[in-house]
Amino acid sequence: MTAPAPGSAPMIEMKGITKTFPGVRALSDVSFDVRAGEVQALVGENGAGKSTLIKILSGVYRADSGAVLLNGEPVHFAHPVESLRAGIAVIYQEFSLLPERTVAQNLFLGREPRTRFGLIDGARMRRETREVLSLFAAAGRIDPDRIVGTLDVATQQVVEIAKAVSTGARVVVMDEPTAALNEAECEELFATVDTLRTRGVAIIYITHRMREIARLADRVTVLKDGEVAARFDEVPEPAEIVRAMVGRDIADFYAAPATAGEIGPPVLTVRGGGNAVLKGIDLEVKAGEIVGLAGIQGAGRVALAMALFGQAPFERGEVTLSGERVDFRSPRAAILGGVGLLPGDRKSEGLVLMQSVRDNGMLTSRAFAPLWASDRRNAHADTTGMDGLLDRMEIRAASYDQDIRALSGGNQQKAIVARWLSMRPKLLIFIEPTRGIDVNAKAGIYHLMRDLAREGAGILMISSDLPEVIGAADRVLVMQEGRIVAAFGRGASEQEIMHAATGGAEVAA
Amino acid sequence: MSDSTARPRAARRRLPRVNPVWLLLAALILAIVFMNPGFVEPTGYMNFLKRAAPLAILAAGQVYVIVSGGFDLSVGSLITLVVVGSSMLTNNDPSATVWVIPLMLALGLGVGAVNGAIVCFLRVPSLIATLGMMITLNGLAFLWSGGAPRGYLPDTFRFFGRELIKDVPLVRFIPVSVIVLVVVVGLLTWLMHRTNLGRQVHAIGDNPVAARLAGVAVNRVRITAFMLSGLSGALAGILLGGFAGVSTDVGTGYELQAITAAVLGGAQLLGGRGSVPAAVGGALALTAIFTLLNFLGLPQPVRQVVQGLILIAAVALAMHRREETGT
Repeated sequence: MTAPAPGSAPMIEMKGITKTFPGVRALSDVSFDVRAGEVQALVGENGAGKSTLIKILSGVYRADSGAVLLNGEPVHFAHPVESLRAGIAVIYQEFSLLPERTVAQNLFLGREPRTRFGLIDGARMRRETREVLSLFAAAGRIDPDRIVGTLDVATQQVVEIAKAVSTGARVVVMDEPTAALNEAECEELFATVDTLRTRGVAIIYITHRMREIARLADRVTVLKDGEVAARFDEVPEPAEIVRAMVGRDIADFYAAPATAGEIGPPVLTVRGGGNAVLKGIDLEVKAGEIVGLAGIQGAGRVALAMALFGQAPFERGEVTLSGERVDFRSPRAAILGGVGLLPGDRKSEGLVLMQSVRDNGMLTSRAFAPLWASDRRNAHADTTGMDGLLDRMEIRAASYDQDIRALSGGNQQKAIVARWLSMRPKLLIFIEPTRGIDVNAKAGIYHLMRDLAREGAGILMISSDLPEVIGAADRVLVMQEGRIVAAFGRGASEQEIMHAATGGAEVAA
Repeated sequence: MSDSTARPRAARRRLPRVNPVWLLLAALILAIVFMNPGFVEPTGYMNFLKRAAPLAILAAGQVYVIVSGGFDLSVGSLITLVVVGSSMLTNNDPSATVWVIPLMLALGLGVGAVNGAIVCFLRVPSLIATLGMMITLNGLAFLWSGGAPRGYLPDTFRFFGRELIKDVPLVRFIPVSVIVLVVVVGLLTWLMHRTNLGRQVHAIGDNPVAARLAGVAVNRVRITAFMLSGLSGALAGILLGGFAGVSTDVGTGYELQAITAAVLGGAQLLGGRGSVPAAVGGALALTAIFTLLNFLGLPQPVRQVVQGLILIAAVALAMHRREETGT
């Protein structure tokens, strides 16, 4: 495979693609191209049409009109296998690897080399696996005989990409590849993408994250409502991309910070808090302020949240809530004491998926009412009841009796917030409040957090999204290895925070 | 976007969907009427309801445990223990019924509480915990009776399972057990579908982690579900003792029949979804199937084969529906 210089003719070209689903026009007249040896970032909100476009490229869907050209030749893929044979590999968020097989077996699945007796040539398979893996930074860690299911997510992703390379893929599509990765793993992935680029592979990189676009992309295409909203031949400022995605300015994306007058007395004070994960936690959150908590995966941020919430309690130290000493041993006790928590994983920790929007909102208030009380009590009242709260959240649902499963991530998140509004908590802990929700819904959540703070709650926000921590919080604390290692006021830079989070320096808190 | 600012609550209602169990029941009853026209007379359908009452009550209780995400296999032997224990304690003394019945209801609640506690605090999966309880209770019933239970319960005790209230307009007579059935099912329906308890039983079966993080007292709710199942077991035992008499296998197999009935009614195994009235519908349908098999003159083992196949088919159907709706 020779690597053509970037800037040559497109390897893949999609022209005037239109696709309609019953009742929805998913794509209208979208044109898009990628050249060999370049990374083309494809960005847009959820529902903008990114996945549909990729599915048309890979033969999962067929376009109503328009053409797909591979090296200038029109192609018609009726099935993903055909596009794969033509050299187009799509790396989805869920991998296609077989978890019970070895790395080598996965790489050569369905095309195992044979000895002259017709048996599988294991030695050759291992040797060639090592050759392919040697292209990647993670190669040293990966044994071809390792069972894939025992590898971490980032390494599995490398194997998946290596598999694409070993089948001779000339076009690689990556669908939000960093969604499950931590900082260090992201860096490795970026190095992998660089390797592919220098080998002349054309890469389509789908992401939400501005930082990744700046780091990786050669060109950017923004989709909005099924149309190309903007095309950039050089990577522009993030603000410009966001404006194209959202269709409006981001001046009011984050809510205005707290003014001095809005910040009240401390609602939460922790002195010397510790348990198996946490060490010497000193922390104060005041009424009316939003405190951001940054750090890499495993730094103990979620452990701190769960300690405050009584799920994995502190074993040492003192916790004071609104001036009273407390020692919560269960979430129930913490909720009674005035703490609320929005979990980090909506599906597995937040929602009861088989129930309605209203039922999800009422879960907590029902848990503290008598067991035999009517389940409709306070359901429909307009201002004080759950429907009033759901109205206030501006939840988009056909009806509050609708199953919550059918709602978008942002609306599901709002229903969980509504759960806490009915309890009027003094301290609210948000864990990754905007993970997996689209840009407009994010802005909604930021303003909602600010409104709650203005009403007198103290808010602790844990987030792995640094621009969010910087933009939405009044102060930022940084955790590392179970300790709070740094504190910043408003206006801290991502570099400063990353430096503290990765142990660059022990900045005095 | 502006169209969605209207109050969502006022949005159109979905078409009502009939639970397939009612269609099944209607078809079975038509078949019974076809084979035995006498069924439309009160003696026909009232006797049918009377026979179905213990299973229907049991299914209504079982639904609580299934919706909470578990199984209760102990109710069959609980029935046996209640029947055997009542005959030992009353010892042919009609006046003893007054204290034996409350005692047996308390026994049911107690067995349920122990089941729940084992599941909650010892973290034993409910299938195993209640299987152990099933064997234990069976052994206790044998020990208590010495293997040869005395064959009689006083008439005051048998009143609930056997007696009829006569001279009722329209239907001529109503068996006491049918009145018990209606009252119990009414209460359990209200508790499951109109109260905080019911919503929380659904929630812990759907997602116990989310329920705990939302403040639900998961253990308390789970133990309550098992206690209601135990209570329904004791009630079914009292009715069965009334018309079936005393033996050490009177409750055998009832636990699986109750689970089958609940699943026929659309209850989701592993929790989160289920309906008390539909489980009762499932119990009636199952009884109707047994009645038909009787008419056809098929022997007892055939009944077991059919019941096993129904259980598998109902669960397979439920799984299929679940994939379709993407739950």
